Amino acid sequence: MNAASLLLDGLPLPFSPGQTIMEAATVAGIFIPHLCHHPEFKPQGSCKLCTVKANGRYVSACTMPAKDGMEVENNSPDLNDKRRTLLQMLFVEGNHFCPSCEKSGNCLLQALAYELEMLTPHFTQFYPDRPVDASHPDVLLDFNRCVLCELCVRASRDVDRKNVFALSGRGIGKHLIVNAESGRLADTGFSLSDKAAHVCPVGVILEKRQGFKEPIGCRRYDLQPIGMQVGQRPGSEEGC
Amino acid sequence: MASTGFALESAASDRGKLRRIALDPLSRVEGHGKVTLLLDDDDQVQQARLHIVEFRGFEKFIQGRPYWEVPVMVQRLCGICPVSHHLAAAKALDQVVGADHLPPTAEKVRRLMHTGQILQSHALHFFHLSSPDLLFGFDSDAGRRNIVGIAAAYPEIARQGVLLRRFGQEVIRLTAGKRVHGTGAVPGGVNRALSREERAGLLAEIYQIIAWSRQAVQLVKRLHDADPELYDQFGSFRSNMLSIVGASGVLDFYDGRLRARDADGRMLADGVDVRNYAELISEEVKPWSYMKFPFLAAIGPQAGWYKVGPLARVQNCDAIATPLAEAERHEFIDHGRGQPIHAPLAYHWARMIEMLHAAETIKDLLHDDDLSGRELVTSGTRRHEGVGVIEAPRGTLIHHYRVGDDDLVTMCNLIVSTTHNNQPMNEAVRRVARRYLNGRELSEGLLNHIEVAIRCFDPCLSCATHALGKMPLQLELQDASGRVIGRLGATPASASPADSTG
Repeated sequence: MNAASLLLDGLPLPFSPGQTIMEAATVAGIFIPHLCHHPEFKPQGSCKLCTVKANGRYVSACTMPAKDGMEVENNSPDLNDKRRTLLQMLFVEGNHFCPSCEKSGNCLLQALAYELEMLTPHFTQFYPDRPVDASHPDVLLDFNRCVLCELCVRASRDVDRKNVFALSGRGIGKHLIVNAESGRLADTGFSLSDKAAHVCPVGVILEKRQGFKEPIGCRRYDLQPIGMQVGQRPGSEEGC
Repeated sequence: MASTGFALESAASDRGKLRRIALDPLSRVEGHGKVTLLLDDDDQVQQARLHIVEFRGFEKFIQGRPYWEVPVMVQRLCGICPVSHHLAAAKALDQVVGADHLPPTAEKVRRLMHTGQILQSHALHFFHLSSPDLLFGFDSDAGRRNIVGIAAAYPEIARQGVLLRRFGQEVIRLTAGKRVHGTGAVPGGVNRALSREERAGLLAEIYQIIAWSRQAVQLVKRLHDADPELYDQFGSFRSNMLSIVGASGVLDFYDGRLRARDADGRMLADGVDVRNYAELISEEVKPWSYMKFPFLAAIGPQAGWYKVGPLARVQNCDAIATPLAEAERHEFIDHGRGQPIHAPLAYHWARMIEMLHAAETIKDLLHDDDLSGRELVTSGTRRHEGVGVIEAPRGTLIHHYRVGDDDLVTMCNLIVSTTHNNQPMNEAVRRVARRYLNGRELSEGLLNHIEVAIRCFDPCLSCATHALGKMPLQLELQDASGRVIGRLGATPASASPADSTG
């Protein structure tokens, strides 16, 4: 019996039962842009960067189960235009100043912007006022760069069993908070050894006093663009 | 502290209606500035001011940021000399992380980075920005007075200028990771060393670079010899001079102690620990410029202002540690016949001597195996404050930070090279205005004389306007006769009294 497969951008893509479109593509080394997806965590499909067209409908590739015979459109001008617009909205909602950000070169948001050829922010910058939380002795929280992917929320809840992080508010007022009456990270049970300290895809959760120790040329996305690193887990790079 | 005013800084208030001439924007300088001249009915210059019209804000928005971000963030003050800001900040934060003695590899990689910066910036300024004035004449055809014109008329000079700059940029790339706005220096050291292959690649070119730098010094000397009166007199004024000097009084761009001399070359201060800079220097605010006016505190604002940069450095030091540049320094000092040289056009000569020194220093460093060492950073007892001083291409650069227990910056004070030269540049503008413009029909060529005087100092106006919240700007509404009929904004205590015609 032939293995189940779908058509991804016109080419057959085999998959195992239970796999999502994202998982099947990743195994095959095919890049589908994504931001909130992480292979170690249950997908939630919130960032919408991985939106593909499956049998003519827009769906999240990270949550949509692969189906035999499904026709999926991924790398098309229409979808990449929409993804670029999503990125532009994320960039203007926060304060993403790559030139002085220590996550530059290792940042998923920045790497996607390069990959999808985002050349301008397009929209008017919000310039929100978000003070950093430097209360913890080992970890800095820079809320300016949060993209609400909830990876820290999921890691702290599902792996660390601490529930340190959560999203609060609605709509454009939604923001990341920590689980302490004072609102300060130092007053939670958070530790540098927590899983949540190492999953942030952008520059929000940062180990203190480490910024810029990795030279330009040795950072994750200096070595290869993100589209050529399919299946490599964040943090697995060897560096220089 | 009240300024008593300088000649031509402010027109006398009883002069009636004055005609305003603005040179806006200034060309072939870094950043944005303008010069305003007020002329009376007889075309006599009554007021001449260099205004800095950019408004930045680094001292303010660096507050609340983590200290390790600072060397990368503050270098965005400038696209020409970012390495200087990068290293001055790193040096200040070395003190915060307790790195009192950097590993030899870190110290030498930083010195190499900085020397590459001096080389490329001096080459850029002399060949791209100033040589058109010097080779074609101050009032030559404006359409030709640029680097393209130089490339057409003097192709070999233009080529050498471009390649000298390219080499300096390559040194920066290999030490900082990028030609502009790299990340090489971190608090306590550096994030990379040079491989032997990288050193060999630079060494293959360095002897040509030294040869071209020697030719550049000869070119400037020929210009001086061709018209000694112009080069010795144009815009000349006497002032104090300030720089850091290295161990044993040698010229040192990277580290040292502060030294100030008066206009006759007598020592005013020497061996001043850079951490005590605030005891040596004060700053004055004037309402018509975003740029502050520093002066030696012991002398006061009227007579305490000083020059910085190549002209000050080459005459402030006791020696240059590389032989070719030292021989040129002797010749330069001899030109002064026992007196310090104050002529602004002599900045170019001193600048090319420094470029030669930079090339020789790069050669020496490239032969040093410490550049390829493995120990890159160190740390010690954590502190809450640090002051980093460096000689940037344009002069003494001071970065001062305070950092809280939570690692966030609580205070930032930057005194940049061009700010030190604020009063000297204004003085040069006034000298030139009085000598060349008084009573004459103004032409582009004549007005370019003003810009030539400013370019001697190689000002970086972007760097010089980094502050926020300290500049009490004043907006005035004047009627047709120049009478002030409305005023908005606070008048600073230190404002010059006769400012109604600005």
